[in-house]
Amino acid sequence: MSTTTVAHHDEHADHPTGIMRWLTTTNHKDIGTMYLTFALIMFLVGGAMILGIRAELFQPGLQLMKPDFFNQLIGVHALVMIFAALMPAATGFANWMIPLQIGAPDMALPRLNNWGFWLLPPSAILLTLPFTLALFGIGDGALATGWTFYPPLSVQGGIGVDFAIFAVHLLGISSVLGSINIIVTLFNMRAPGMTLMKMPMFAWGWLITAFLLIATIPVLAGAVTMLLTDRHFGTHFFDAAGGGDPILFQHLFWFFGHPEVYILLLPVWGFIPQILQTFSRKPMYGYKAQVYAFWGIGALSVVVWAHHFFTAGLPVPALLYFMYSTMAISLPLAVLFFCWIKTMWKGSMSFETPMLFTVGWIILFGIGGLTGLVLADVAADAQYHNSYFVVAHFHYTLFAGGIMGIMAGVYYWLPKMTGHMYNEKLGKLHFWLTAISFNLTFIPQFFLGLAGMPRRIPDYALQFAEFNMISSIAAFVLGLSQLLFVYNVISTIRGGQKATDKVWEGAEGLEWTLPSPPPYHSFTEQPVVK
Amino acid sequence: MLKQSIKKLSFCLLFLLTSPQVYADYSWNFPEPVTPMALDTLHVHNKFMIIVALIFIVVLAIMIYSLIKHRKSVGYKPVTDKAPSTAIEIFWTLIPFAILLVIDFVIMGIPAYHSVVMMEDTRNESDMVIKVTGSQWRWQYEYLGNTEKGEKAGLEEAKGIKFLSNLSTPQEQMDGTITPVNDPQKPYLLDVDNRLVLPVGAKVRILMTSSDVLHNWWVPQFGSSRLAVPGFIRETWVQIDKAGTYRGQCKELCGKGHGYMPVVVDALPKEEYKTWVAAKQAEIAAATAGSDKEWSKEDLMAQGKTVYEKNCAVCHQASGAGLPPAFPALTGSKVATSPIFGADGKYLPDSHMDRVLNGIRVMPAWKGTLNDTEIAAVITYERNALGNSVGDIIQPSQVKAARQ
Repeated sequence: MSTTTVAHHDEHADHPTGIMRWLTTTNHKDIGTMYLTFALIMFLVGGAMILGIRAELFQPGLQLMKPDFFNQLIGVHALVMIFAALMPAATGFANWMIPLQIGAPDMALPRLNNWGFWLLPPSAILLTLPFTLALFGIGDGALATGWTFYPPLSVQGGIGVDFAIFAVHLLGISSVLGSINIIVTLFNMRAPGMTLMKMPMFAWGWLITAFLLIATIPVLAGAVTMLLTDRHFGTHFFDAAGGGDPILFQHLFWFFGHPEVYILLLPVWGFIPQILQTFSRKPMYGYKAQVYAFWGIGALSVVVWAHHFFTAGLPVPALLYFMYSTMAISLPLAVLFFCWIKTMWKGSMSFETPMLFTVGWIILFGIGGLTGLVLADVAADAQYHNSYFVVAHFHYTLFAGGIMGIMAGVYYWLPKMTGHMYNEKLGKLHFWLTAISFNLTFIPQFFLGLAGMPRRIPDYALQFAEFNMISSIAAFVLGLSQLLFVYNVISTIRGGQKATDKVWEGAEGLEWTLPSPPPYHSFTEQPVVK
Repeated sequence: MLKQSIKKLSFCLLFLLTSPQVYADYSWNFPEPVTPMALDTLHVHNKFMIIVALIFIVVLAIMIYSLIKHRKSVGYKPVTDKAPSTAIEIFWTLIPFAILLVIDFVIMGIPAYHSVVMMEDTRNESDMVIKVTGSQWRWQYEYLGNTEKGEKAGLEEAKGIKFLSNLSTPQEQMDGTITPVNDPQKPYLLDVDNRLVLPVGAKVRILMTSSDVLHNWWVPQFGSSRLAVPGFIRETWVQIDKAGTYRGQCKELCGKGHGYMPVVVDALPKEEYKTWVAAKQAEIAAATAGSDKEWSKEDLMAQGKTVYEKNCAVCHQASGAGLPPAFPALTGSKVATSPIFGADGKYLPDSHMDRVLNGIRVMPAWKGTLNDTEIAAVITYERNALGNSVGDIIQPSQVKAARQ
């Protein structure tokens, strides 16, 4: 990125060039850029994996791959998308934007920040290396248990499981380091006058996320370590024959896994209202209500985990408790939806690409949220559980709610980061292609699930054929449209129409007071917030 | 097929624009329910779907109104919210909160409570008990007998019946050699050799367990789904109110054969069920009697081939080549070619007999699932086919002795 040109009376902007710049950098913008680039690459890797899956599912019968390889692709697709695409993208935004938004010169712990990023590429290699090793006859491929690692299947599995366990360890360390950095930055480096309740919404979203990560990642790390010792050192944590319990793993995994959903979504919920107020030319509604809703969701998210395995045979009181507590999450979410729509209401809206993505995001994420509410019902969940209905549901929350949100953020901040405007026409085309093909991919999956198609099967009965065919075709359109996005981002980085400091007519906040792109070291003088 | 897809697609869109209520055509919804639980689940599902669809439509309508009216291009000037006082803000934001509170815990919450209680009530009023064991990648069904209530109702006693249920779709359809055949009697991937047979109208308590990894026994038309956990017993129940054949699948990822372990249940009226039980019991008696007689090598080889292809070929492959490293080859393997019995006439540890009876690591123990004749036949087959030619034969009586 062209940050080198803005070295005016700022001798600290000297930095190594070439690869050493990126290896040794402690600059929040450089690190943010690396996080975002890494996320984009891994998004394409994970996407390629799922297109392999959809190609196999295009018609009944096995045409392209063996069931074992199919199982490897589904699990690694999920781990790559969650840990190596969505989370790094959110962390990339945090690195870039939190210091700019709170008027700080950099993150509080810059070296830690560098280390946090450089743990990611090795873990991505650990996740995908077993595929390559298998080609040379070493081991039998990657993790084939789905991303959830459920024992005893994962105890049975090959070296791919061990690779994935170590990858999760590294990714977990990286996330915890990033979280510590964000909490320290937010508590110590806000501009004078910026009280906690004046913090930008994005900072609030990330603050809750960071606390959730620190609370839950160690539990996941513990659970997969127990799995590792079960596999190799003769322990019996998850083996009934030795007094253990396979369901214990599910409790531990989802104690992390459910908050993880909000870890992926809270940063997006942070910048969505900022985009809305920018393009509605009207301050966001209910700032306090949104902050309290964040706290409410954060707190609830760690006490609802067992709804991921209602069919495992939990006692009735536990079923009732987890059902009602899960439903309760819809209360703060309703407040958030209300505030988002109220922000648009009677504004003066214009629909540039970030706004298009945001509006589409609200609608599609709404579908994800509402189907989640239905899934909370224990009796009906016996039917939905592990069917394609669930697959469709969580892609509405994680692709629409996560990835499309991130894309709104990219279009919103890209002119600020690069100093150039992206191609608006191409951006809009990307939005419409994404939104339409996304729905055509996943709406049929709702019906497949209701009709009784289980997830994670490499081949299916003939009554599921048409819906799968539609879903596969649409998935390829969805996948290929993302190349437009990649092209648009790259050409914006390389040049284009100059962006103004404020970029958007209705933009509010400290990041828009700096030049576009911001100097290598921003806020040499501390801004004051009134 | 593409034309049909386009047709379904347009229906799909139409459907979204109208309502989620299409009772007549169940491919848009749960399949036709045949148990009280499935019926309840369908009602709960329909009701909740209507509620969430209403919420969605109302909110979307408000949003679309705003998107059309309040835009810069039509010259709409933004209102300057006079920094709403906290009191007004709290009031407004509490409205959606309160609406959802009522929907969640009253409109949805109360029926949900009753459904959960009904679903978990597996014991009261039950007529008979069966045990379902999941293993990679087949189901085993065992009839544990009637309860007192079932006894009084004159239900045929099926205690002791026990069999395996394997996928029966031909291999060449599955591996892509030929296109899957559309046969309603034997649907692709949804048909088995031995179906679970249950009497219509009886409440059947189902005990669920597994011999290896997690499985999940699921028949959509029954509305019941329960995880099979190795080392634990979980339970559920069904009461099928309509005679017929019902099909489902395993729905917990359980390895490479996860997509290939269907559940097929025949629900028979009481009289037909009685006939079936008698026939099945006679079959078992014949098989037990068979274990005492001397078998010829040809007969053992013929039966061994059947048993092998049903139970062993999924891992060790029909050719015996296996899928190394996870599943070793049998062709030329040490276990399948070295002697079974020691000088004292007992089978040796790690011999072919030991392996088949007791299993090791991923290899299941077959002593509980195959009878003496089947084990004798499959061992004989593995030693004298699949590229092996050891030459010895194993008699069912030797297996019987080995079990002692």
